[in-house]
Amino acid sequence: MKATEQGGSSPPRWAQRLLTWLHPDDTLEEVEGDLHELYTYWYRRAGKRQATLRYLLNVLSVLPPFVRRRKRKEDYYQPFFLHPDMLRNYFKIALRNLVNNKMYSFINIFGLATGMGVAILIGLWLYDELSYDSYHQNSDRIALVMQNQTFDDGVRTWDSQAMQLGPELRNTYGSNFKYVVMATGTINPILSVGDKKFIKSGRYMEPEAPEMLTLKILSGTRDGLKDPSSILLSKSVAHAFFGDADPVGKLMKIDNKLTVEVTGVYEDLPQNSSFAELKFIAPWQLLVNSEGYDTKLTWGNSWFQAFVQIADHVDMDKVSSAIKLAKWERVKNLDYEAPYRSELFLHPMKRWHLYEEFKNGVNVGGRIQYVWMYGIIGAFVLLLACINFMNLSTARSEKRAREVGIRKAIGSVRTQLITQFYSESLLVAFFAFVLSLLLVLLALPFFNEVAGKTIEILWVNPWFWVACVGFSFLTGLIAGSYPALYLSSFIPIKVLKGTFRVGRLAAIPRKALVVVQFTVSVTLIIGTIIIFRQIQYSKNRPIGYSRSGLLSIPMKTDEVRQGYDVLRNDLLATGAAVELSKSESQVTNAGITNGGFNWRGKAPGMQDEQVTVGVNHEFGKTIDWKIKEGRDFSRAFATDSSGFILNEAAVTYMGFKKPLGERIKAFGRTYTVIGVVKNMVMDSPYEPIRPTIFYIDSFDRVFWINVKINPQLSASEALFTIETVFKKHNPTTPFEFKFADEQYDAKFRSEERIGKLASFFAVLAIFISCLGLFGLASFVAEQRTKEIGIRKVLGASVANLWQMLSKDFVVLVVVSLFIATPLAYYFMNGWIQNYTYRTEISWWIFALTAVGALVITLLTVSFQALKAALLDPVRSLRSE
Amino acid sequence: MRRSYLGEFEEIVLLMVAILDGEAYGVSVSQELEQQTGRLVTFGAIHNTLIRLEEKGFVRSELGGATTERGGRRKRLFSITAYGSRTLQDIQQQRSQLWQLIPPTSLKVSGS
Repeated sequence: MKATEQGGSSPPRWAQRLLTWLHPDDTLEEVEGDLHELYTYWYRRAGKRQATLRYLLNVLSVLPPFVRRRKRKEDYYQPFFLHPDMLRNYFKIALRNLVNNKMYSFINIFGLATGMGVAILIGLWLYDELSYDSYHQNSDRIALVMQNQTFDDGVRTWDSQAMQLGPELRNTYGSNFKYVVMATGTINPILSVGDKKFIKSGRYMEPEAPEMLTLKILSGTRDGLKDPSSILLSKSVAHAFFGDADPVGKLMKIDNKLTVEVTGVYEDLPQNSSFAELKFIAPWQLLVNSEGYDTKLTWGNSWFQAFVQIADHVDMDKVSSAIKLAKWERVKNLDYEAPYRSELFLHPMKRWHLYEEFKNGVNVGGRIQYVWMYGIIGAFVLLLACINFMNLSTARSEKRAREVGIRKAIGSVRTQLITQFYSESLLVAFFAFVLSLLLVLLALPFFNEVAGKTIEILWVNPWFWVACVGFSFLTGLIAGSYPALYLSSFIPIKVLKGTFRVGRLAAIPRKALVVVQFTVSVTLIIGTIIIFRQIQYSKNRPIGYSRSGLLSIPMKTDEVRQGYDVLRNDLLATGAAVELSKSESQVTNAGITNGGFNWRGKAPGMQDEQVTVGVNHEFGKTIDWKIKEGRDFSRAFATDSSGFILNEAAVTYMGFKKPLGERIKAFGRTYTVIGVVKNMVMDSPYEPIRPTIFYIDSFDRVFWINVKINPQLSASEALFTIETVFKKHNPTTPFEFKFADEQYDAKFRSEERIGKLASFFAVLAIFISCLGLFGLASFVAEQRTKEIGIRKVLGASVANLWQMLSKDFVVLVVVSLFIATPLAYYFMNGWIQNYTYRTEISWWIFALTAVGALVITLLTVSFQALKAALLDPVRSLRSE
Repeated sequence: MRRSYLGEFEEIVLLMVAILDGEAYGVSVSQELEQQTGRLVTFGAIHNTLIRLEEKGFVRSELGGATTERGGRRKRLFSITAYGSRTLQDIQQQRSQLWQLIPPTSLKVSGS
């Protein structure tokens, strides 16, 4: 036979191989034989070429899809795989499996539940963010009119407008709009009814506001603001003043001077509305009349906000470009406003919350980046949990291979096995889902506090349930697909004989998944550390003044304004305060800017802009600023009323070599620089310090009283005294105050929020990853029990064994460290560029994280490794 | 009583199996078919037909001994079942009945 084959009467090898590979197994032998015989027959009759050709043709005819499969004889009855009995059996077996492997079940369910819980929390958060402002039915047609102004250092974007804009839009561009509503920003006046006084936030708005915002009126009408001496209250405010009585028709006072009549009560706006602070609405006309604004204010006073609802048939973008030059047409001949080349545009309500940042006149996103960030983190944490699930089931597959063999031998068909495995993973996913709901319930209060939200589980929202159940189902399906589809294909004889081995390659996907897990976790941890470093770095920034025990009190009523000197003397006499002063802005919030200054050496045509703070003489002493050159304001020099004190940034900005004595033209007079103070952080702690000018206020613009509390006294003692004295002099004004250090800390709130949430997720991510690692380690240790026993007998030490078992995992973690480090650097470097005053990303952060990750890994793995290594070899080798 | 449908090619193959009388397997059937009818068909067609005949119960099969000319592989030998031979006889009988019914003139016209 060998001879004939060498003689060439054997069909081509590859064709034979094709046949063995593709032809159904149970008829392979006979068909191969028949074809071989036929080949010899053709060879003899027609030669090699013909034989080969015919052989190929005939091989082709017995390959799928042409070949018919021989049906196996079904000798016994097989129930349909979804028969109720079978279903009951699947779940019984699945439950038994879960109970039998308590640790695996725990790791699986708990890990998955944590991942799902995080996903649900983040999902709820995203829902809240994305549904922002959807309370207002016309939210897709409402917009805020904003303006871009050109300055020397670029384009700035403002959301404020002059009061003249409203009539202008209505008269000239009226066809584009359904409503144009001028409004103040949110103000906090004192509302009073008889002796009841509360400080409430609200706005003065034009009468169409309730219609535009589709307020739900509980009593009264939406037209309530037509009468200029009326007021609309939110339900909470109405309740605070009038209890359960109907407030419509009752009189109240605003800031003790304006008497208004309540004409309506509306439902409080929800937390996720841009108007959540709108607790009352007073008529715009009332404000204009009482302050005489229509004669006082010009196009130059952009003090208000203009809201519009565009007409039903027009397009937002078209309206936006139509009104682009609406202001410019009116101001191009006014020298105080023309240089800034104002361009108007509409900022749609749908984008207010998530796209609120502008740079150089262009929208650059804003909160939307956090929506993305948390969305991605949530997806990753869930992915980590799913990876655990899959890894543990693949790791255990070898063990279950025998089970599959036996099941098949006693008559299971593949569909039944597939359903069996799927029902197990779905059961786990279901338990995890229920547990995750519990976890979310527990975590929500904490989460709400950190995130500054009032999120609830959407129990009655069908979409929530569809999403959650759909997601659990999907997770179960994906995680269960490996055992279901792969294990069920095992051939019983091979598995039961013991010749079946899962190859070395089988562990590679598992290892890759572990690397993914740790890459994600380590990246999150590095990110968290850098966020906290940045916060800490900015907190430690020298601020140039003393904010401890510094208090600011708004001067809201005339009695406070007029009684300042008496109040000052009395407070100093009690010893509760060591200094008092007045200023235009709070020390921690100096945002008022002015332009049009003239100084020696100013570049011609420069559009200057500097922060200005009107103060009185004691301001410097109160906040304890540091004079660098010259002197502080002093009552001893009458000329100080036309004196300027600059900060270092202003000196640089105006290019003074010797600033003292320089003359600056401003506010229609000439000022002399009498001193320079060290830079002070009076605005964002992340931004460079802006050029700032301090001047003695002669326009009665000061609005805040600054009080430096006596450091000898405790804050509560001092406050009590201050409040008593304040009340004595100002009986009709509620005592309201703000601590400078609290205000300053509030500037870090949003970064701290990100930091806290990110660290929360990072901890969960590493926890889930370690849970998975723990499971894998215990699996490996269990699998190698015999090997470890033999090694021990042959003299391996516990340390040797520990090293052997830990090494594999440590290698994986090291690999993921190498991936995570550049990844984290890339992302965090991008993030930190948002801050002008920023920490650097130093190498030790990565080193620390690496060491931390390794230590955690070793701790996780060592528990199992040592347990296995310490086991008495007699016990592990005795059986079998 | 309805018997199972037997296609033309199936009938021929079944006849071959009957002719070969216990020596029928893929190769012998295809060679016999070629010799007796001159039809050249692919091996796959015969293979599939044999399987189908067995499913329908006209033939039964068993694995026979291995021979060296087949590289030591066993062959599957087919033999006709009682049901199969009865079906063939039924067909035969039905055909002859039909033949009887043909008027002698009609065949002569078309046949000549």
